[in-house]
Amino acid sequence: MQEGALLEMRGICKYFPGVRALQDVDFTLRAGEIHALMGENGAGKSTLIKCLTGVYPKDEGEIYMAGHDKAVTIRSPQDAQNIGISTVYQEITLCPNLTVAENMYIGRTKDSFTNWRKMNQGAGKILKDLGIPAAPNQQLSNCSIAVQQMVAIARAVDMDCKVLILDEPTSSLDEQEVQKLFGLMRDLKAKGVGIIFVTHFLEQVYEVCDRITVLRDGQLVGEYVIEDMPRVLLVSKMLGKDLDDMADIKSESGATADMSGTPVLEAKDLSSNAGIKPFDFSIHKGEVNGFTGLLGSGRSECVRAIFGADRVTGGTVKMDGKDVKIHKPLDAMKSGIGYLPEDRKGDGIVGDLSVRENIILALQVMKGFFRPFSRAQAEKFADEYIKKLEIKTASSDTPINSLSGGNQQKCIVARWLLTDPKYLILDEPTRGIDIGTKIEIQKLVLQLAAEGKSVTFISSEIDEMLRTCSRLIVMRDRKAVGELSGEDLTQSKIMATIAGGDKQ
Amino acid sequence: MKKILAIALALAMVLSLGAVAFAADGDLIKVGIINNDPNESGYRTANDAAMRATFTEENGYEATFYNNNDAAQQIATAQQMIQDEVDFLLLSPGSTTGWDTVLQDAADAGTQIILFDRMLEADESAYVAAVVSDMAAEGETAVTWLEEQGLDEYNIIHIQGHMGSDAQLGRTGALDEKVEAEDNWNYVTQQTADWNEETARTIVQSVIDSGEEFNVIYAENNGMARGAVAALDANGITHGKDGDVIVIGFDSDKWAMESVLNGEWNYMGLCNPMQAEKVDQIIKDLMEGVEPEEKIIYSDEPGFDCETITQEDVDTFGT
Amino acid sequence: MKEKRSNESFFRRLTRHQLFIPVAALLALVLFNLIADPSFFAISLKENSLGNPVLSGNIISVLDNASELVLLAIGMTLVTASSGGQDISVGATMAIAGSVILRLVCGGQVSADTMQAPLFLAVLAGIVVTMAFGAFNGALVAYFKIQPMVATLIMFTAGRSIAAWINNNQLPFINDVAFKYAGTFLPGIPVPTPVFITLFMILVFWLVLKFTNLGLYTQAVGINANSSRLNGLDPKKIKLLTYVILGACVAIAGFIRVSRSGSINYSRIAENIEMDAILAVALGGNSLGGGKFNVYGSILGAYVIQFLTTTLYKYNVPSTALPAYKAVVVILLVVLSAPVVREKLSRMKKSSAKTAKEVA
Repeated sequence: MQEGALLEMRGICKYFPGVRALQDVDFTLRAGEIHALMGENGAGKSTLIKCLTGVYPKDEGEIYMAGHDKAVTIRSPQDAQNIGISTVYQEITLCPNLTVAENMYIGRTKDSFTNWRKMNQGAGKILKDLGIPAAPNQQLSNCSIAVQQMVAIARAVDMDCKVLILDEPTSSLDEQEVQKLFGLMRDLKAKGVGIIFVTHFLEQVYEVCDRITVLRDGQLVGEYVIEDMPRVLLVSKMLGKDLDDMADIKSESGATADMSGTPVLEAKDLSSNAGIKPFDFSIHKGEVNGFTGLLGSGRSECVRAIFGADRVTGGTVKMDGKDVKIHKPLDAMKSGIGYLPEDRKGDGIVGDLSVRENIILALQVMKGFFRPFSRAQAEKFADEYIKKLEIKTASSDTPINSLSGGNQQKCIVARWLLTDPKYLILDEPTRGIDIGTKIEIQKLVLQLAAEGKSVTFISSEIDEMLRTCSRLIVMRDRKAVGELSGEDLTQSKIMATIAGGDKQ
Repeated sequence: MKKILAIALALAMVLSLGAVAFAADGDLIKVGIINNDPNESGYRTANDAAMRATFTEENGYEATFYNNNDAAQQIATAQQMIQDEVDFLLLSPGSTTGWDTVLQDAADAGTQIILFDRMLEADESAYVAAVVSDMAAEGETAVTWLEEQGLDEYNIIHIQGHMGSDAQLGRTGALDEKVEAEDNWNYVTQQTADWNEETARTIVQSVIDSGEEFNVIYAENNGMARGAVAALDANGITHGKDGDVIVIGFDSDKWAMESVLNGEWNYMGLCNPMQAEKVDQIIKDLMEGVEPEEKIIYSDEPGFDCETITQEDVDTFGT
Repeated sequence: MKEKRSNESFFRRLTRHQLFIPVAALLALVLFNLIADPSFFAISLKENSLGNPVLSGNIISVLDNASELVLLAIGMTLVTASSGGQDISVGATMAIAGSVILRLVCGGQVSADTMQAPLFLAVLAGIVVTMAFGAFNGALVAYFKIQPMVATLIMFTAGRSIAAWINNNQLPFINDVAFKYAGTFLPGIPVPTPVFITLFMILVFWLVLKFTNLGLYTQAVGINANSSRLNGLDPKKIKLLTYVILGACVAIAGFIRVSRSGSINYSRIAENIEMDAILAVALGGNSLGGGKFNVYGSILGAYVIQFLTTTLYKYNVPSTALPAYKAVVVILLVVLSAPVVREKLSRMKKSSAKTAKEVA
């Protein structure tokens, strides 16, 4: 083992039927460092983590841990835990109906009886040490997602972990919560814990990490010290090609909205049972606009109201100047609206169904119960969009849930493009997917606008919005508080509007 | 408000006490009747209907009925009825055992028990009378009749009822004994169809499919016999009078007796479901202070042969 | 090397194929009977009591007796797929369908020698009634969001009493030969009529699945109701629809059952058939948690169950012991479909294929 190394993986190989998921990958983690593991979806990050934690058996290679003379064998997550490797996943894997303390100790006590008082005391001490704002006897589901994540980390830390793996821990946290989590990570780093940090967010990597290991197509690209690695270079390492100048995608698309005519869609005093305050909204042919605001500010609720996804409680909607009644999604679809929902897994994909079925679903529903597409027709549709959007799938018959996140998202985009909507709503289409696909989707949005479609684009990443939207509606506390366009579309202006008028 | 409620409650209690007292003082005899599920078979439907027709207010009874095949449920209900201070508990037990507490409770409370249709395992002193079918005798009668047919060889498909029930034990016992004793009496198959017609059909069809020879079907109730006959018909095997296969059923269904009358079946062992009248008589006598002459009263249960049955028999005994 | 890989994936695909288990079970039963007594498969032409030519033999019995179960399995598959639960009231509602049909053909009498109402109308009435009960179950599941097993527990409990009530607690009996055609043989045709009815219904479902979106919608709703709603589907209506379709299947199954003998016994008819229907769905490789389905798997599953039953009867296994044998099948099934075992199995085959290659 190398000097100062805490964990070493050497020559790890993993085969799935027909796929070499990992090929001869090396990875080294030192004590007291935060080490980013980066790569596009499908690069092998998760597979490497799963081999390390014993979820998958590795086919070849050795794993060494400091303090063990020989290579360690890890056959199950329990084995991994026993030698000091703990994992906190993107989805909270705790029990929401138990208390914080119970969650920290569940399945760990060897005794048949639990000393509740002692357990709560112990939990309280750890929470306090780590500065986690939760009480031991609080029910976990009452804590915010960030705190739940931290409880999961606290549980891992208390199990004497030497290596902590954080798999996309920040994707459902807002900025403030992310900062709290980073604080915790730095504390642990100071205590000598080695942290493997898997994420898609470049900013976060540069903020908190010491080193980066990049994977691509199941192979190691290299290990870099963060200071020696400019962002652009990192992205090009991940993609394996030089990056287009992202700032320019807007101008080169040549999208020009015709803002003078009748709006494609115009909503007045629209409100829904999701608690959104009545708001006005309009979009013109060839325009790309967006809703922005903090998480929970009501961005998604607005577009859900337009699409009829929540129950509309008031207001009117006009399309091309004519009144339309939208009570349910099908009404919206028939009026030419498409909607890619925020929660890809929960509201977007139909998991076990094939890519083909997922792509044709919306158009099929519009066509009617008694008029199914022939197999050949459906295949033609699917293949067309698989090619057009470069969806990486073995075939159109593959179940969609075996695709990577980005490719799943592309299928949902394909589903709505197939219905040839006048107006397309994309709510967080780039969340949790790799950078390459993110850029592809942004380009696609602008291309659609150039073709004369109207698009509403929502993203948590303001750069993306700036790159694509010509007009932004700013939301705060479930209320539209401002609208920015033209010269006003700058990061600082948006921040100021989000934060409110009482500054400077 | 609370006061009014209290007064109302008190009033209600007094009234209900009065009602109870009135009922006790009235001429009606309070009986609790626990029977099996009337949907179980045609026999049971007739039995239950007769009980309900007899124990009416016009006839001087205040009767509570309960139907269930599950002995545990029957026992729970019996205890409830004893607590409700019925004068007589009329019982057709779903199983022969498990009734000790009920019998003890009844003795303590002074409730008199009369068994009908089915026996239970207890000392004779536990009940005042039992009006029942003698299942073993039914079996004996049928087997004796079968022997009189003088076949060279008896190859029997024996379709049994619900295993462990009084009727199954009695009707199987007689046949088992004979098959054991005689060399030319054999079982082709001996299977329970659980009183189920469809299962009986399947069992007989299975024997036919396997190509085994048989000339007697001994089904422990009429429904199962009908199922067996359906299988014979489907395979063109003749049965009944002058047929290749002798068909035997039990119970009292009118349609079954008609089948015997028109020669489709050979024999039906009667199991008389009409105990209601007899039970009624015993209760009326007891109220007059007359004890029944015998503790256990067996119903008269002849067997009907297709050679000798008459329309009159069908009208008298068919239900 | 390349050949070996395709070989592996063939075994893997085989063990992972949805129909692997029912087909393997069927083959195992056929093999057992071939070895134990090949006469099991003998079929003979006889003449029934009405003078019609009829085929007779164990295989015919399997095809004939599985009919009701096949129909239920079809409907149960759809219900399972859409709602992720099972309807346990099918036996009880079969009793209701039978009761309605018999009441009409007997004209309300306890017994009748000729049909008192057109058979077509009686069956139609049975279908309408059980579809209504299906809608009741479906509404509880879809609109009141009650778990399917709990919702259908109501009809499971009440159904047989309702069936008895329809005929005033009488056990009606019809002696008309024409009524029994559907459950026995049509004049001049040597194959049992239920076989034809079942084939016809399978054909109907094949057409429905081909010419409507029932399959796609049902699966989409069963897999992800939220997503389906956002694609313009009404998940509640689709769940309800599947229960109504099951109601229709139940009516036809009930009709076949009562026309086998022309009589009914409310507490005994189709007793425990719901468990067999659910087992058929599971045997067909369908997840009882809903979602993707293969209705042909369920149909095959139903025939496997009947094959097993008939085999056991042939070897004189007491009918009361049948459930125990089915339990063994269930255990095997559950174990075989567990991911751990499947993984092991395919790995075992992989290594055996490897050694075979090495030997060669």
